[in-house]
Amino acid sequence: MNRFTLIVARDLRLALRRGADSTMVVAFFVLTVVLFPLGVGPDTAILARIGPGVIWVTALLASMLSLERLFQADFEDGNLDLLVLGSLPLEAVVLAKSLAHWLTTGMLLIVAAPVLALLLNMSAEGFGALVLAMLLGTPSLTLIGAVGAALTVGARRGGALLSLLVLPLYVPVLIFGVGAVDAAISGMAMRPHFLILGALLAGTLVLAPLAGAAALRQAVQ
Amino acid sequence: MHRFANPNFFLRLTARILPWCALATAAAFIAGLYLALGVSPPDYQQGESVRIMYVHVPSAWMALSVYSFVAAASAVALIWKHPLADLAAKAAAPIGAGFTLIALVTGALWGQPSWGTWWVWDARLTSMLVLFFLYLGYIALVNAFDDPIRGAKAGAVLALVGFVNIPIIKFSVDWWNTLHQPASITRIGAPAIHSSMLTPLILMALAFAGYFVCVLILRVRSEIAGRKIRALRIIQAQG
Repeated sequence: MNRFTLIVARDLRLALRRGADSTMVVAFFVLTVVLFPLGVGPDTAILARIGPGVIWVTALLASMLSLERLFQADFEDGNLDLLVLGSLPLEAVVLAKSLAHWLTTGMLLIVAAPVLALLLNMSAEGFGALVLAMLLGTPSLTLIGAVGAALTVGARRGGALLSLLVLPLYVPVLIFGVGAVDAAISGMAMRPHFLILGALLAGTLVLAPLAGAAALRQAVQ
Repeated sequence: MHRFANPNFFLRLTARILPWCALATAAAFIAGLYLALGVSPPDYQQGESVRIMYVHVPSAWMALSVYSFVAAASAVALIWKHPLADLAAKAAAPIGAGFTLIALVTGALWGQPSWGTWWVWDARLTSMLVLFFLYLGYIALVNAFDDPIRGAKAGAVLALVGFVNIPIIKFSVDWWNTLHQPASITRIGAPAIHSSMLTPLILMALAFAGYFVCVLILRVRSEIAGRKIRALRIIQAQG
């Protein structure tokens, strides 16, 4: 195995053995969405209307939950120093850790989303679009979040700070993610939304590892 | 450029510039406010409330320019390790956040009489609000570390990430707005602006820019003083 897959495998193994992190993210996702009918009222028409937005906003918040530990844990036990000194470029390290994070959180959110869409009475035409939009959107969320996580390594009150840094940058993904589902439900063209989500993913795939690596280098100096 | 990297040279230079800058700013403010509040005509539709424009528009301009300044200074700090660029970016951000807040608040005050509501989810308002949060995030990150140098470096990376994102956010908010919001607001400003309004507007913009330069100089000078005190304390503690 090469060094990239070794890092991914290591993070996956850590996540599996500490399973609580991933289950907490999904539990948060489900619980928060379930709160909405209690807050807004059980009117199915209103729930169906706000469903895509509620699921996406909650997915943004949930995917941010475990980000704080993405580099902080390695920073505290000294692994980060070794990763920075290692022969694998730091950009690739950021990418590998983001991939592992997405596999352990983003994927689970995508699995849970259709069930929540059912609970919110979303119309069936939107289900496929919701899953596809989340498949394209959640990796961008993880990558943008990884930059935020790298920036807040070693900071005081990292968690609250991380949300302040990352949430404004999530706005485009949110808009086009919800837009795709809304377009599918109302029978309009979904293609442009998916294309832009794909473009956002392609852009963050290149730029986020660069920015994340730059941030990590500042952190371990 | 590296000549300006010497803090002592910077202190001497700005000590000369600062009084003139303050004088020019005061003159522009006096002339601009006199023309804006006294001489310029009220709008035929909006009446006197149009005068909010003379504060609102310059502060919105400054909000964007100051963010560009922060990003440019951050790039200089990251690329050339320019010691003053870090300080300049850090010092400029709260001023920019202030301008953004002024633009948002005056916008709400102006919206109430002319649109009948304090806030609409208009594309421009929304992206201004996001810009305000970007400023807040930057300021929070810079101050989140025990070591100020580490904070400045993290802030520099964040400022550049935000700068790349601003056009994307602006574009997506525009798109979102055209999808969600019916065209209920017809914006003013489609006809060319008359010179009786343009002159005070430009004067006010100059006054705002001058104010930014003066306060920036003051803040960078105090940052330098703060770093010197910190260095002295560390030496004292070690000695």
